Amino acid sequence: MKVEQISVFLENKPGSLENVTRILKDAHINIRTLSIADTTDFGVLRLIVNDVDTTLKVLKENGLRASRTTVVAVEVPDRPGGLHGILEVLSQYKINVEYLYAFVEKSGENAVIIFRFDSPDNAIDVLLKHGFTVMPGEKLYAF
Amino acid sequence: MIYNEEFETLPREVLESLQLKRLQQVVQRVYHTVGFYRKMFDEAGITPDDIKTLADIRKIPFTTKQDLIDNYPFGLFAVPMSSVVRLHASSGTTGRSIVVGYTKRDIDTWSDLMARCFVAAGLTKNDIIHNAYGYGLFTGGLGAHYGAERLGASVIPISGGNTKRQIMILQDFGPTAICCTPSYALNLAEQGAAMGVDMRSLNLRVGLFGAEPWSEQMRDDIEDKLNLTALNIYGLSEIMGPGVSMECLEGRQGMHVFEDHFVVELIHPETGEILPYGEEGELVFTTITKEAFPLIRFRTRDISRLITEPCRCGRTHIRMDRVTGRSDDMLIIRGVNVFPSQIEAVLMNIEGLEPHYQLIIDKVGSMDSLEVQVEVSEKIFSHSDEVRYLQNLERRLSKDLRDFLGVNAKVKLVEPKSLQRFEGKASRVIDTRKR
Repeated sequence: MKVEQISVFLENKPGSLENVTRILKDAHINIRTLSIADTTDFGVLRLIVNDVDTTLKVLKENGLRASRTTVVAVEVPDRPGGLHGILEVLSQYKINVEYLYAFVEKSGENAVIIFRFDSPDNAIDVLLKHGFTVMPGEKLYAF
Repeated sequence: MIYNEEFETLPREVLESLQLKRLQQVVQRVYHTVGFYRKMFDEAGITPDDIKTLADIRKIPFTTKQDLIDNYPFGLFAVPMSSVVRLHASSGTTGRSIVVGYTKRDIDTWSDLMARCFVAAGLTKNDIIHNAYGYGLFTGGLGAHYGAERLGASVIPISGGNTKRQIMILQDFGPTAICCTPSYALNLAEQGAAMGVDMRSLNLRVGLFGAEPWSEQMRDDIEDKLNLTALNIYGLSEIMGPGVSMECLEGRQGMHVFEDHFVVELIHPETGEILPYGEEGELVFTTITKEAFPLIRFRTRDISRLITEPCRCGRTHIRMDRVTGRSDDMLIIRGVNVFPSQIEAVLMNIEGLEPHYQLIIDKVGSMDSLEVQVEVSEKIFSHSDEVRYLQNLERRLSKDLRDFLGVNAKVKLVEPKSLQRFEGKASRVIDTRKR
């Protein structure tokens, strides 16, 4: 039920991001969604792509520091309180969210929220128990 | 193993009387053949006959790098050019280069001393030596080459550069030993890994690394990545080239100075006074057998320590500790003295960090600022992709630099390969204050 995400270390300077998107374009990689966490000096780009192995390979070949991390994707109806419902449960079980980002599905009806947890397995159990839809990686990559 | 058992294990009294005899001879020779030394002795009010004991060497003034520059190119040669069979020049890292010459006998001595180094590293004529020190004016390549041939080992004269080809040869020729700078050893390990080569399963057993200061942590890193025993070798072209001193496989702590050919002293870098054994100071060498280019009390600017305790390997020659820096390289940041190698040691204390770093020194207003740029290693980034973790790492490094070295630095993580890689000597300092 877990999703593989690619993280890339980037310096905060013009052209860093463009370099990554060019490498992915040349390798015909489609980005499903992304987020960037940044500081004054550097940022970490996080990507969900259609082909994790190829992405990791081409980024490393081009000398970038890239790694594979495990995240959890949860589908919720795109309406007020959607995200809150999840966080309420997580909070109840004292599950810490390291970071999260979200996007809206093509149909426009649902939102997908990408979570990074310390222990994803435990979080998945809790979410499933409370009736949330946890998306398998394959479905997300092929979206 | 000892190459020249007789001379490398001479009892101290015998060694010292040999040193005195040779010192007296060289002093006589330079006084009568090199104008610079005659003038120096005359001005100091001494004659070669005043050297009656080894301690009398202290009566002679120092020779400095500036003296060598002032006498460029051949002013300090003690033999006519017809007796000189080889010329080398220093890399000129500190400006104008310095030219050194060798007679046939000097080359012979040098080959012998380098052979001693290889044997101290456990090598025999059955070994294959990958010599990646640069061939040419730099003394490293040819110095190591002649020593390897003297020993009867098989030399691969690969020289520096063309790293991909070097990695191919390391795999195909199966050398058992490698000679290069420590930073190039890491460069090889890294590029080999990027090419998908298992750099730990090569035939390499031992490495002789030198020509630049490096840390004990870097030694661990090289040993881990190349699966070999890394040994420290020391030399400088002014004195001879590589093979002035060498760490032994048995002790692996400090390099034996070949005292039957060199007299070593340790002085305070500012006052010039002789320091007691064990204290840190500047190395001073006198060559006592060299013919073409003898040097008397040459100040190396290299900072080290002398170790007098007997070594388990049986050699009686004094040891010098690894060079922690050059007094020329010493950085003064807001009044705090710090060597790049000390900063490296702090960085390498962090599990997973690699010694790819650069120091940027600038002046902001009247204040010096130091920025330490370190590449994010594979290990660090695969441990966590969280910004908080990476920022904590920067903060921790900054704190360690303050706690251990007393220097305030901004630590900045940078992308891999964004810092220059070195094929010869590493130069990791950008000091824009000097403009």
